[in-house]
Amino acid sequence: MALTSAAQGGKSRRNPFPASWPARLGWALVLIYVVYASSTLDVSWDRFIAGLGYGGEFLGRMVPPNFSRWKLLLEGLLESLEIAVIASTMGILLSLPIGFLAARNMMPAWISWMARAVIAICRSFHPVIVAILFVKAVGFGALAGILALVVASVGFIAKLFAEAVEEISLKQVEAVRASGATFANVIIYGVLPQVLSRFIGFSTYQLDSNLRNSTMVGIVGAGGIGGTLFAAFQRFDYDFVSAILISIIAVIMLGEYISGHARRVFE
Amino acid sequence: MTPEEAVHRHFQRFTPRQRLARWTAMLVTVAAIVTSLRHVEIIPEFLYDAPEQLLDLLNRLWPPDLEYYPLEVHDALLETLHIATLGTVLALFLALPVGLLAARNFTRNAALNWLAKLILVSSRSVNSLVWALLFVAVFGPGAMAGTLAIAFRSIGFVGKLFAEAVEETQVGPIEALHATGAPGFSVLVKGYWPQVKPAFWSIALFRWDINVRESAVLGLVGAGGIGFALDAALNLFYWDRVATVLLSIFAVVIVAELVVTQIRKRII
Repeated sequence: MALTSAAQGGKSRRNPFPASWPARLGWALVLIYVVYASSTLDVSWDRFIAGLGYGGEFLGRMVPPNFSRWKLLLEGLLESLEIAVIASTMGILLSLPIGFLAARNMMPAWISWMARAVIAICRSFHPVIVAILFVKAVGFGALAGILALVVASVGFIAKLFAEAVEEISLKQVEAVRASGATFANVIIYGVLPQVLSRFIGFSTYQLDSNLRNSTMVGIVGAGGIGGTLFAAFQRFDYDFVSAILISIIAVIMLGEYISGHARRVFE
Repeated sequence: MTPEEAVHRHFQRFTPRQRLARWTAMLVTVAAIVTSLRHVEIIPEFLYDAPEQLLDLLNRLWPPDLEYYPLEVHDALLETLHIATLGTVLALFLALPVGLLAARNFTRNAALNWLAKLILVSSRSVNSLVWALLFVAVFGPGAMAGTLAIAFRSIGFVGKLFAEAVEETQVGPIEALHATGAPGFSVLVKGYWPQVKPAFWSIALFRWDINVRESAVLGLVGAGGIGFALDAALNLFYWDRVATVLLSIFAVVIVAELVVTQIRKRII
């Protein structure tokens, strides 16, 4: 500090990095909130320390992972994969029209408003909650999981697809329309080529997301490896739990690797 | 190439290799869909029955039992919001150092980069429900397990995006600070932080929005919040109470999204 003021000849000694009181106040509020929320949630240091002991024991029982029931494991994983693939396919097929209806530059306001409401409802609930409702409606098993993930896919893909359609250039649409094309032709030759690569991007992303969630919907009985995982937890088979977790993580990483390549192919 | 050949040249948008890759990708996709459809176990009777059952479910859900809201839902809803917020704050603090370690321009040590990336990937690969199951087993049922689950799931997300933001910073201000002889911490606070601040708050808001949704289900595995009330109502088949819980989750999620959009418009 002394150096800079000497160099400026003592004219202006403004601190280049003034303290920002609003920012400090903000940090103080965050701190107060953390203390308050921790007390209401019964989060305390003692419990944390006590838990660490259990944590050590718990981790000890998780190694070595026990792959002896690999048949059950493989069956569950396969069902999760199938749920993810079918749900993504159906979700993508449904998202195309719904997303299109929600685009404000393509449709009259009342239609796009309704489509947006459908998307908002699909997006608000976690797939596991939706899965509970479908388990009640269509019974235990993969079908409930598929339907739950279709809802989640529509919420995500249709929203982004609508945004992508709203950003397109209307010049090409007008050119196609000027040539006397029908409504379907306008969409196929004027709109879709502009949004298709982004659509494939969202779709592969949603496939990854569905794969993650399809390993979870089993917790509420909607098929897939989640049911096996939850059962193993409840029976305290922690070595089998760690085997399942390792397999799930491996499958998810493999899925991300493949979908990353797929995105590059269609860029 | 003679002019004759140039006229008759056949143009194609993609190289043969690109076309092969595209066709393979499509073929694999179709094969995956067909195999899944043939192999998956769906009981057809359940499928035919589905519309009727869905109507029955809606009949049971409507009208919602609004008197149940002040009894149990309100407190649980507040707990959910606290879990989401506290979990996000904890995740931000934990993710900052990991993100800095993962940024290749800030930490010039391949082994540390790799270690940080490993932490981020493992945090992201485990679903928040699984994190919740693990923490319930360790700390017992309750909001503490939920908060830690939200935090641990968010570290990977926040850390990854934060590391990317740090890697995109311009070197100019940082070199200038180094040239004045500023110590490492000052370079971090005055050189990097102002450049990544907007990205950081945007990531934090985005994650908080996601966490509000995610914390609503943690109660299903015993990790506190509104999911607990939902689970209780479901197990007793009080569908009108289930409807109340679902409506309140819906309202909170919509409000959270509106709050996030407004803050983002004003600040960033």
